[in-house]
Amino acid sequence: MKQNLVLAALSLAIIGLIACQKMLPKTPDNDEILDGPVDGLSNSQNAQFLAGDIAFNDEVFSPEKGLGPYFVATSCGSCHAGDGKGHPFTTLTRFGQSDTTGNKYLQYGAPQLQNRSIPGYAPEQIPAGASSAKFTPPANTGLGFLEALTDAQILSNADPNDNNGDGISGVPNYIAPPSFFTPKWYHQSVGGKYIGRFGKKAAAIDLLHQTVNAYNQDMGITSEYSPYEPGINGIEGIYADNVSEPEVESSNVLNVVFYLRTLKAPVQRNQADAAVIAGKQLFINTGCANCHVQQWTTPFSDIGALSNKTFYPYTDLLLHDMGSDLDDNYTEGVAKTSEWRTPPLWGLGLSKNSQGGKYFLLHDGRATSIDEAIKYHDGEAKKSKDLYNQLSEAEKQNLIKFLESL
Amino acid sequence: MNRTLLFFTLTAFTGTSLAQTDSSLIKRIPADTGKLHMNMDAIYNRPFLQMDKLPVSIGGYLEANSSYSGTDGVSEGLSFRVPRLSVFISSTIKKRIKFLSEIEFEEGGREIGIEFASMDIELHPFFNLRGGVILNPIGAFNQNHDGPKWEFIDRPISATTIIPSTWSNAGFGVFGKYAYNKWVWAYEAYLTNGFDNTIIANDKNRTWLPSSKQNTERFDESFNGVPLVTAKTAIRHRKIGEVGISWMGGIYNKFMEDGLQLDARRRVDLFAIDFNTTISHINTYINGEWVWAMIDVPVTYTQQFGNKQQGGFLDIVQPIIKRKMLGWEKSTLNIAFRTEYADYNVGIFKETGENISDHIIALVPGISFRPSQLTVVRFNYRYHWETDLLGNPSSRTAGIQFGFSTYF
Repeated sequence: MKQNLVLAALSLAIIGLIACQKMLPKTPDNDEILDGPVDGLSNSQNAQFLAGDIAFNDEVFSPEKGLGPYFVATSCGSCHAGDGKGHPFTTLTRFGQSDTTGNKYLQYGAPQLQNRSIPGYAPEQIPAGASSAKFTPPANTGLGFLEALTDAQILSNADPNDNNGDGISGVPNYIAPPSFFTPKWYHQSVGGKYIGRFGKKAAAIDLLHQTVNAYNQDMGITSEYSPYEPGINGIEGIYADNVSEPEVESSNVLNVVFYLRTLKAPVQRNQADAAVIAGKQLFINTGCANCHVQQWTTPFSDIGALSNKTFYPYTDLLLHDMGSDLDDNYTEGVAKTSEWRTPPLWGLGLSKNSQGGKYFLLHDGRATSIDEAIKYHDGEAKKSKDLYNQLSEAEKQNLIKFLESL
Repeated sequence: MNRTLLFFTLTAFTGTSLAQTDSSLIKRIPADTGKLHMNMDAIYNRPFLQMDKLPVSIGGYLEANSSYSGTDGVSEGLSFRVPRLSVFISSTIKKRIKFLSEIEFEEGGREIGIEFASMDIELHPFFNLRGGVILNPIGAFNQNHDGPKWEFIDRPISATTIIPSTWSNAGFGVFGKYAYNKWVWAYEAYLTNGFDNTIIANDKNRTWLPSSKQNTERFDESFNGVPLVTAKTAIRHRKIGEVGISWMGGIYNKFMEDGLQLDARRRVDLFAIDFNTTISHINTYINGEWVWAMIDVPVTYTQQFGNKQQGGFLDIVQPIIKRKMLGWEKSTLNIAFRTEYADYNVGIFKETGENISDHIIALVPGISFRPSQLTVVRFNYRYHWETDLLGNPSSRTAGIQFGFSTYF
């Protein structure tokens, strides 16, 4: 009898091995997570995506690998958990520019505050008199689609003089390009500057620009594109660490850029839900969609999976005056201090899964619910906010359910 | 080259011994089960083989296992590994002078290290000197870690990632035991080399004490010239069980070099409590350990690296059959269950005042078969939840593990 028990136990073990696939946690649904590649990548592109994924999410910089000496975070993934929006823990602080004439505090380490430092060093401080603003890290998903758009497409929604009289006057932010920037066929130069697309103030022209700055300004990591440590008091290099430059290989930077270009767009959930359908109509009726433009189609792209694709980011990539409550008296490029780039709303409903279980919305995370974020809108968005406030409670819930489905 | 030579020499020696196990020249010295042993005795309480009248005994153990696991639906497939092969050599130089070493080949020989190599001199049963490469007596697992003694394939996460078992260092110290009736009380105290900067300057993105294990120079010189102090006291009752309390602490960073101040002195301190007991009439074995770690992380660094950690495990092993099975005399079939926890960052975010997560919870049911007390065949199912720093939805990892571990 007992011998049979032994055999039964061993059999159980063997059956367990055979059935092991059934005993593993299931894969989350594709619309429940933000990470993962766009459909249609080739095998070699998948390999580069994977290399970029590792560099982005797994490569942690320590002092021995060049971290700092002044920094904000130790890895890309620290600010973008699951490729989603960031948490106040890694909110960036920018300082030193309060008008469109440029940053007056570059010699004091502007524009970004490195509020942390490796042992033995004191972190950077905001100089007296400099204005500042906090920027919550954005989600990464679908960025390649936004990058693939032409400047002409973006400009088609610009209305700087509000010629159509809707109270909305979206304008592009024109940015002086860094030395390593190479214009693509779809970029248009205006006085040597180009339209910024990424960042709260649209201060980064493309994903290489954004990535190089993040390595340097967020982690204190030098690259061939940005070979100096982030300066403190403007003295670049003097406070360098003991790690030889560049601290990250160009191939890693380019792999990260490829990863960001080929992250899938968030997949909308519950599209057939009646509340979501009703909420979407309210989103249009209240004028939200005038800035949060729903649909775009990419032109030809060097990545086939991004070519001629229709996608739904809910942004126009333009700057809008959002009123005095959201005016932090800090800006970048030619944006006014009250102007912010329309943030894409796709992936909004999954933000809590990357922000520690609660929302930290708007540019600095000050809104902890979608309702609160809407109510912070003013300036060009005042009319839409007022219409939202006039909705019944049930209608507001439908609108929020729609936004959470994105 | 030297490592390879050492490996083949030891393997040849071991192979020769095993091949001659039946010879009258070789005799097995079984583990001493007659005395009231404690965790501190684990390094000597192992089976050894002795050749004729040679004053040297050898022994060792091998672990091999396979696993099929996956995280959030993504499987790495089936893999096989030999996590460690350990070889012990012991010698009684004089009646009260002993030498014992343990050389471990980890991950198929990728890492070879002297895990333990000390000489013990007994001045009095209550006062012994020990010097060499010693196992710091923090918790119980670090001292009592031989694979064949455990019913679980993976080592406890708190005992390997908060306490960096197996954690050994060059140093000296004293130990002793005092027995009275059914009680025995023991103490140990050592000064050794210790940790280094890498516990907060590593690519794990969290405070990670095991990073210091990569610094093999700790067997040659102290990283900062300040000794790591380890002390433990334990008490055991023959019927009730054993309880141990231990502390290990010291300065971990290089605060000064060439007379120049580089940083403030930063401490790392670990406190641990361990216990084990056997419920006599049903033979249920219960074993557990909990550790708290306090690390002085500069406030200007990043909260990604926690200044407090804690974790522990609780193992319950229930023999369900103990008799002759499948032709094996005195074999045992056990069911076992482990629950374990490790929190790598105990604290709250300065920015939000909310809890920092960064923890792992694991449940591990298992079955083990012991054809003899020297050998265990194990089958585990492991499920663990890992939550990131921010407290986002946990990633879930599960796996089937099968393997064996045996003394030889």
